[in-house]
Amino acid sequence: MSTESLTAPTKDSPIPKKISANSAVIRVAKFTAIRILTMMITVAIGVYLTILIANMGGYVDTIMRNEIREGTTMKILADPTLRNITPEEKQKLIQKKIASEEKRLGLDQPFAIRSVRYLGNSLILNLGRSLHMTSDHGSKEVRLILLERLPATLLLAGVSQLFLFFGSIFIALPLSRKYGSWLDKLTIALSPTSAVPGWFYGIFFILIFAAILKVLPFGGLVDSPPPTNSFDYGLNVLKHLILPALSLIVSAIFLSIYSWRTFFLIYSSEDYVEVAKAKGLPPRDVENRYILRPTLPTIITNFALLVITLWTGFTITETVFVWPGLGITLFRAIGAYDTPVIVGSTIIYAYLLALTVLLLDFVYALVDPRVKVGAGSPQ
Amino acid sequence: MTALKNTFRELMQYPSAMIGAVTILFLLGVAAYALATIPYDEAVRLWRGGEDVWYQNPKYAAPSWYNLFSKTKKPISFKVSTTEGDMTKTVTPASADISAVNIDYSFEYEYDTPPQEMTLYFTTTFEKKLPFAAITLLTPDGRKVKIANIAVDRKTTYRTSQDLKLQKTLKTEKVMNALFQNPDTGKVAKGTYQLVIEGTTFESKSDMDVEFVMHGDLYGLAGTDKYRRDLFLPLLYGTPIALAFGLVAALGTAFLTMIIAAIGTWYGGWIDELIQRITEVNLVLPFLAILIMVGTFYSRSIWLMLGLTIALGIFGGSIKSYRAIFLQSKEASYIEAARAYGASSGRIIFTYLIPRMIPLLIPTLVSSVPGYVFLEASLAVLGLGDPLLPTWGKVINDAFTDGALYQGRYYWVLEPAVLLMFTGLGFAMLGFALDRIFNPRLRDI
Repeated sequence: MSTESLTAPTKDSPIPKKISANSAVIRVAKFTAIRILTMMITVAIGVYLTILIANMGGYVDTIMRNEIREGTTMKILADPTLRNITPEEKQKLIQKKIASEEKRLGLDQPFAIRSVRYLGNSLILNLGRSLHMTSDHGSKEVRLILLERLPATLLLAGVSQLFLFFGSIFIALPLSRKYGSWLDKLTIALSPTSAVPGWFYGIFFILIFAAILKVLPFGGLVDSPPPTNSFDYGLNVLKHLILPALSLIVSAIFLSIYSWRTFFLIYSSEDYVEVAKAKGLPPRDVENRYILRPTLPTIITNFALLVITLWTGFTITETVFVWPGLGITLFRAIGAYDTPVIVGSTIIYAYLLALTVLLLDFVYALVDPRVKVGAGSPQ
Repeated sequence: MTALKNTFRELMQYPSAMIGAVTILFLLGVAAYALATIPYDEAVRLWRGGEDVWYQNPKYAAPSWYNLFSKTKKPISFKVSTTEGDMTKTVTPASADISAVNIDYSFEYEYDTPPQEMTLYFTTTFEKKLPFAAITLLTPDGRKVKIANIAVDRKTTYRTSQDLKLQKTLKTEKVMNALFQNPDTGKVAKGTYQLVIEGTTFESKSDMDVEFVMHGDLYGLAGTDKYRRDLFLPLLYGTPIALAFGLVAALGTAFLTMIIAAIGTWYGGWIDELIQRITEVNLVLPFLAILIMVGTFYSRSIWLMLGLTIALGIFGGSIKSYRAIFLQSKEASYIEAARAYGASSGRIIFTYLIPRMIPLLIPTLVSSVPGYVFLEASLAVLGLGDPLLPTWGKVINDAFTDGALYQGRYYWVLEPAVLLMFTGLGFAMLGFALDRIFNPRLRDI
């Protein structure tokens, strides 16, 4: 089977093979180095901007200072063991406590220095300790706080997005070959429903399944108190997963099927597909070899971008369903002015994004013979 | 002009596009009506108003049309007053100083449950001697209940169900049940009730006015919330706000993005490079998190959020696809011709490059409106809605924080939700059809 002859005609290269292989390695290495460097700079700028915004021009510092002052003063004035000392000594003690607390939070240094230190630390993934938030086990390590929330987000986002991705491709592929059928028309007619976000369907699902029918829980990860044996625990989590996952899926599925179907249609009207059909190849082979294969780069890009969204979680859907994932954690961190958690979440997202974009360049070259790494963008 | 006509003719062939267009026109009409009838400041004042503005409304009242779907008919709230003329008031002077003020009001009561409360707000004028009022209720089953005999001050509020004296005479704490239920059958007596207030004033210039408010279980077209606010206000006034947010954000982002992409491709070199790098940095920034941060730390004003949304949206991913198209059209012969006759860069960008792109832009623009409308609602659901303005998202947020779904107050969530959905689907359906018309690759598919 000579698909190459139809898609990318091979030319006889006048350059000897050995030299071209060598130069290819150099080219790839150079390209990779430059790409990594620009990515790092991009990530650094993005994260620094986030740090600046998370500080709001010193406004957050003022809030924190006031909170420390108030908290420490109250604590010392209310402390029964310190009742016997004189007011002057008490004042001194308060000042000392405030100074040490400010030092703990790094407030004794100017913001310019602190922000650069933050940036350096976060770039080497030293996420540090949170200001207020604690993980369920009581730790203040940002890393642990985020890690603890990761499974819940991965469960919700993973189940819904993977289902959505593969589901819509597998529905779209046969649909694209039967375009004009009533099923196809139904998909087109339903695709505007994706203008409505997932959390919004969530509200309706809560209304129907939790409030009226009372068959599924309103929200949360497990019942309280949680079941003791792990099998029941798993089942219980699954029961809580249904509504949020369903709302994420329903909100996107029709548009997703529609766009994949359109995309496949454009490719299946190519001449080489017609040739394959004319040769009498079975539909399955036509789909797999002649339609899926040239569309692979796009499918991979979409999959990679999907993997990134898994990390951010779905802040609002998680909020509506009180799902203890990363999205809701970020939201709470902002509410608690907890800069390290905000920055930590951002940096991981930024790194994942940069890494994905970088990897995509190579994956393209692997799956598409027309693309060469570092050879400049095709015209 | 003919192009526009052709587009319109093609649009007519898509029923979904027509539904979408009609929906959008309807919403625009509602928005215009809202802005014309309620000025901005008045809307803010009403929405922020507390008991003094909304005292006439019951709390948590479902909308009146609830009765259409329910077997047990629940009472609908109403209010009448002598000053507005819907309660009859006759003044008959008995002597130089003393005169009788007779106020009465008859109302049909065809509901299955007693009302929550009947309240009388008296306003009187006098110098020294307080006027006097005897309140009686005549029920359809022939009872005549003496409710109260009270001296009324300049501003007096009389709440029937909280009158301890009346509770004692009726021998129950559930005053409303005793008043409205037939004592023999135990069911609510349906028919005409008559409230009679026999007032007496003891000075020549003394006068008495009454406002009679009955709190039922239902109220108005949209119901009320926890703070007695008529939900019709945010539902009505939320329309122009949602449309303004959605349209301005969509238009602003789309046009600015296109202009920047055009400038970048036209000048090329470091400008193009810079724009591409900014786009990449922007991709790393967490969009929603930044909005939440600004909302939490700085201001929750909807206009600031709008500006920020546009600012962060300008350097979005679509800049790359615009760039690809501009790179092609930059080489077109008509651009070369323009260059040959000495057109300036600005002229080429704004009169040759960009206008050609507008047909491609329109479907994207229309389809992106719902996203922004829902963004505003999303921020409100996170508790970051504009603190001043009545918006749909704000109503959903209020309902959620008050546990409306747990308590079965579905109307509170459903009304704004349906409106949001309506708006989103309207724009999406039109945008979809436009995409198929303007995008030649999709035309036959």
